[in-house]
Amino acid sequence: MIPLDYYLVLSAFMFCVGVLGVVVRRNAIIVFMSIELMLNSVNLSLIAFSSFLGDPTGQMLVFFVMTVAAAEAAVGLAIIIALFRNKQTVNIDEINILKW
Amino acid sequence: MTLLASLELFDIIFYFFAFVTIVSAAVVVFSRNIVHSAFSLMFTFFGVAALYVMLNADFIAVTQVLVYVGGILVLLLFGVMLTTKVISVEMKTGTLQTLPASILVAVLAGTLCGIFWITDWLTPVARNAELPATTSSGIGRALMTTYLLPFEVASVVLLVAMLGAAMIARRERKR
Amino acid sequence: MDIIEPLVKIVFIFLITLTTVAYLVLVERRVSAFIQNRIGPNRVGPAGLLQPVADIVKLFLKEDIVPKAANKFVHSLAPLISLVVAMTTFAVIPFGNSIHLFGRDIKLMIADVNVGILYILALSSLGVYGITLSGWSSNNKYSLLGGLRSSAQMISYELSMGLSIIGVLMIAGTLRLDKIVESQAQGMWYFWRTPISFITFVIASFAETNRLPFDLPEAEPELVGGYHTEYSGMKFGLFFLAEYANMITASAIIVTLYLGGWQLPFVGHIGLPDLAVSLLQIAAFGVKVGLVLLFFIVIRWTIPRFRYDQLMNIGWKVMLPLALANILITGVALLW
Repeated sequence: MIPLDYYLVLSAFMFCVGVLGVVVRRNAIIVFMSIELMLNSVNLSLIAFSSFLGDPTGQMLVFFVMTVAAAEAAVGLAIIIALFRNKQTVNIDEINILKW
Repeated sequence: MTLLASLELFDIIFYFFAFVTIVSAAVVVFSRNIVHSAFSLMFTFFGVAALYVMLNADFIAVTQVLVYVGGILVLLLFGVMLTTKVISVEMKTGTLQTLPASILVAVLAGTLCGIFWITDWLTPVARNAELPATTSSGIGRALMTTYLLPFEVASVVLLVAMLGAAMIARRERKR
Repeated sequence: MDIIEPLVKIVFIFLITLTTVAYLVLVERRVSAFIQNRIGPNRVGPAGLLQPVADIVKLFLKEDIVPKAANKFVHSLAPLISLVVAMTTFAVIPFGNSIHLFGRDIKLMIADVNVGILYILALSSLGVYGITLSGWSSNNKYSLLGGLRSSAQMISYELSMGLSIIGVLMIAGTLRLDKIVESQAQGMWYFWRTPISFITFVIASFAETNRLPFDLPEAEPELVGGYHTEYSGMKFGLFFLAEYANMITASAIIVTLYLGGWQLPFVGHIGLPDLAVSLLQIAAFGVKVGLVLLFFIVIRWTIPRFRYDQLMNIGWKVMLPLALANILITGVALLW
């Protein structure tokens, strides 16, 4: 049987990969994907806790995280597309002014 | 004897999906081709869904595929298609910040893993006995009783997000 | 752990589905010929029965052309995704009750999943990938338009599909497909009990499978073939296979959810041996699926294509409110 620690360490690694992506990459869509990775890793640890405690509350939390992730994806993509229409780029280093 | 063999199979399956998840997550972040990133993100989502199944969360696993792979990733692919040419070459990786970023992330990873590893988690010994085989009815009941308010708020959040996304992405009409 | 039984079932279903796909193409051509007062393919083999073999050989021998500006990896991956998604849905569909063979009871479905219906919905939401990616990776404006159209169409109709299923789920009170079939015993099919849900589901299935009143993604007069414009040889063949496999899957789901699945009224009371009953039930499932497939084909050759704005109007302004109203009506009826 796989102990709880293994799942948690896996989710920690996933989270760190996501953080690295957010910090290092300059393409807005990749940053976005990295955020999804981080959310997924948190979900994984929640599900692991829920399963090992025998308490479905963790699954409820994951359910709501998914809802918020979906909303975030819709709005985030809309922002990225609006930016691309105005600046012809999705490089977040070049998107550094509030208005033009 | 057969029990032992099946347990080992379970372990192997866990390591396999953990490997798939981590490697494809790394490809998402480090690949130079944004299409490859999107594809490996799909594998990450599937790997996580498989881990959910292994943790007896079948409803959440299917929802993961439905929401992440069927919804969010399709949106992401639309974003990729609308903002890049087919053969995309321009992908800056921000070489200046790579070293400090790696150090920061290494420290973060070490801290997280260390805490996770050292802590003695208070979990019941028999984990399979506690959770029922099917979780969907329990989740449904909880959604309609204990978590009714968050549930309704979540639906409002989704509605607002939908309207906001349509507002932002729509081309402004010139009058 | 018994691994042979599912493997046998998988191989069995795979072969049956592929053969049905091959002959479905022939049936479609013969039926369309009949409707248009022609004869149809009747040269290869007796009454044209070997036509599918000839078609497959032709597809394999054709040159496989990949456009120079295409994204090669995605271009070859897209038809595979389409086909895999179409075939894997079959894993949860019960095609019979259970059969007593070789000294044990064999349940006639590949995977007995607790959340069977959600599994089907999840897989059908993956179907968008094959078409969208093929349209985008071909680097051709007609393909791209076809791909975009199809994803918009599939996402819109998926909603009403999921919502119309809820009517059935509320009555059945389970997500398991075998339990849903069992709850339709004695001719109490959901087709009678929730007719609105049945109608919206069938229409949404037509849209999901890109069949004719809704085949905007490959509308030949406007889009030169849509997303598979740049495909040739066996890759095109895979798309073709996927389209027909999708049709079979959609019919099987319709039969399972609304037409009683493998249920055959009165067959349990005649006093036949168990084996004969099981076989009759499998045959009943097959016949029902066949009839729904025939319905698909007849619709294709009798109803013209919608315009794109009409398609979106129907999806969002007619189907969605209807499906929601159905949920409300079902709820009131259940309470009452």
